[in-house]
Amino acid sequence: MSDIPNDLRYTRTHEWLRSLPNGQVEIGITHHAQGALGDLVFVDVPQTGRTVSAGEACAVVESVKAASDIYSPVDGVIVAGNEAVAGAPELVNTDPYTAGWLMRIDTKGTGAAGMLSAAEYEKMLADETH
Amino acid sequence: MPFIPHTPQDIADMLQVIGVRSVSELFEEIPAELHAGPLTGVPAALSEIEISRLMSDRAAIDGRPLNFIGAGAYEHHIPAPVWAIATRGEFYSAYTPYQAEASQGTLQLIYEYQSMLSELTGMEVSNASLYDGASALAEACLMAVRANRTSQSRRILVPRTVNPVYLHVARSIVGNQGVTLETIDYDRASGRTLTESLQPFTGQDVTALVVQQPNFLGVLEEVDELTDWAHAQKTLLIGVVNPLSLAVLKPPGLWGGLASGNQGADIVCGEGQPLGVPLASGGPYFGFMTTRMQYVRQMPGRIVGRTLDAEGRPGFTLTLQAREQHIRRGKATSNICTNQGLTVTAATIYMALMGAAGLERVATVCMQRSAQLVKSLTAIRGVKSTFTGPRFHEAVISFDRPAATVLDELAVRGILGGLDLSQHYPELKSALLVCATETKNDADIARYAQALAAILSAPSAKAGAA
Repeated sequence: MSDIPNDLRYTRTHEWLRSLPNGQVEIGITHHAQGALGDLVFVDVPQTGRTVSAGEACAVVESVKAASDIYSPVDGVIVAGNEAVAGAPELVNTDPYTAGWLMRIDTKGTGAAGMLSAAEYEKMLADETH
Repeated sequence: MPFIPHTPQDIADMLQVIGVRSVSELFEEIPAELHAGPLTGVPAALSEIEISRLMSDRAAIDGRPLNFIGAGAYEHHIPAPVWAIATRGEFYSAYTPYQAEASQGTLQLIYEYQSMLSELTGMEVSNASLYDGASALAEACLMAVRANRTSQSRRILVPRTVNPVYLHVARSIVGNQGVTLETIDYDRASGRTLTESLQPFTGQDVTALVVQQPNFLGVLEEVDELTDWAHAQKTLLIGVVNPLSLAVLKPPGLWGGLASGNQGADIVCGEGQPLGVPLASGGPYFGFMTTRMQYVRQMPGRIVGRTLDAEGRPGFTLTLQAREQHIRRGKATSNICTNQGLTVTAATIYMALMGAAGLERVATVCMQRSAQLVKSLTAIRGVKSTFTGPRFHEAVISFDRPAATVLDELAVRGILGGLDLSQHYPELKSALLVCATETKNDADIARYAQALAAILSAPSAKAGAA
């Protein structure tokens, strides 16, 4: 069973989003996504300062068998990339929701409209497997 | 004995099974105007006796001229073991095997090739080769656009001293991908690219600067200054090099760094032909590419790595495949699966046979022969060495009449006297790019000099009319 924390929001492309107290959002990939990719060997952390639009590919995670784009769920400016996962990609496998975060985005207050709740994401995964 | 396995009856049976009337019907979805008709100049089917006769007759038309043309493809002595080994059944294929890891010998050879190219260029990592020098430059430009995250412009500066054919090919490949190649003029006196000529671009967003060493005019560029200019403004430096010259010249991995401490080219590419591959109507040759480890995921082509198997035994494997097209699809950084495996095999054996000392000796003799050629030719009245810059094994000479007429007269005497530069450099109307490698001896050089002296002692048609 996939681990899907209740306090996060989700995308259909398996990113999660956490709203931070300072108004920024933190983005990563879900427990389900890391499991599907397998052992990660490389994370291409996005460049700080880059402006991104919702749905735009802005990072790449690479496992021994696949490479996947990570899409920004929101409009905004990338304010941080997680350098720790650049050096230790396995953090995304072992701790996808905390130490394995990928980037932080300043959404300029527009937030995370239209994203899935934990229950909705869980239902989506269930529908995918059936 | 039938060499084609399916008989007309087999073909008819297969067409009937799939419900198609003729083989040509299979191609009907391709618009008629795109179908190639019969090829002009190619006769109807000939027997083996007839075809070998035809080919020998055509080959004889070339004769065995004394060759002083370089310009990107060089005549070198190839020790007999090189192709004797390369054509052994175990090696004799142009392909990376499909089940690659089952062919440990082939993978080890590619791994050794990568190690040698990395060492020659002074870079950290090499791919398993590309098609040729020109397309390698195009790939290097595309790679620079991916690798230079601080640049948004997709502008690449290419000095006119870069092989003009490479520029043409690179433009054809990258031009439709939003990448612009802008040319930089060269200094008419020295024949090199001056750092001052880059000043108009200082402070601008430039993705990469290309530097060819030795440059197409045979002159050595001031690679340290050019590299430092690029790095000072976060422009990547693409080096295009003759691999043989690196036995005596500073490897691109050590270019620059004088001011910034950021030493070395970022991407190095070029034509591998000088390393054991014969001149053959333009190919097959092979391209090479090396880079810094930090850019390895942006590099095109296959890469062989050394690893340990499940039982701890050393072995070789294709690595970093996640960036290749069979996994990454449209976003692949590599769309190249076939490389020039056979010519790379020859080059690897050539480098292994020659060793560092052997390569250095060949390169040194090339420099000496070329210097001797220039000295002999410029001793002729009316022949000048065009550029003052230092050289490796090619040079530009000029005289009082169009190069084309001189070349024609040399050809009548069985001498290929060089490349007429006017086709690429309109300002060099009466200039020849000449080359002498270790294959030319004193008598060969004297023969060229005597022929040229005889031709030039006759008044030129133009002068005669005046």
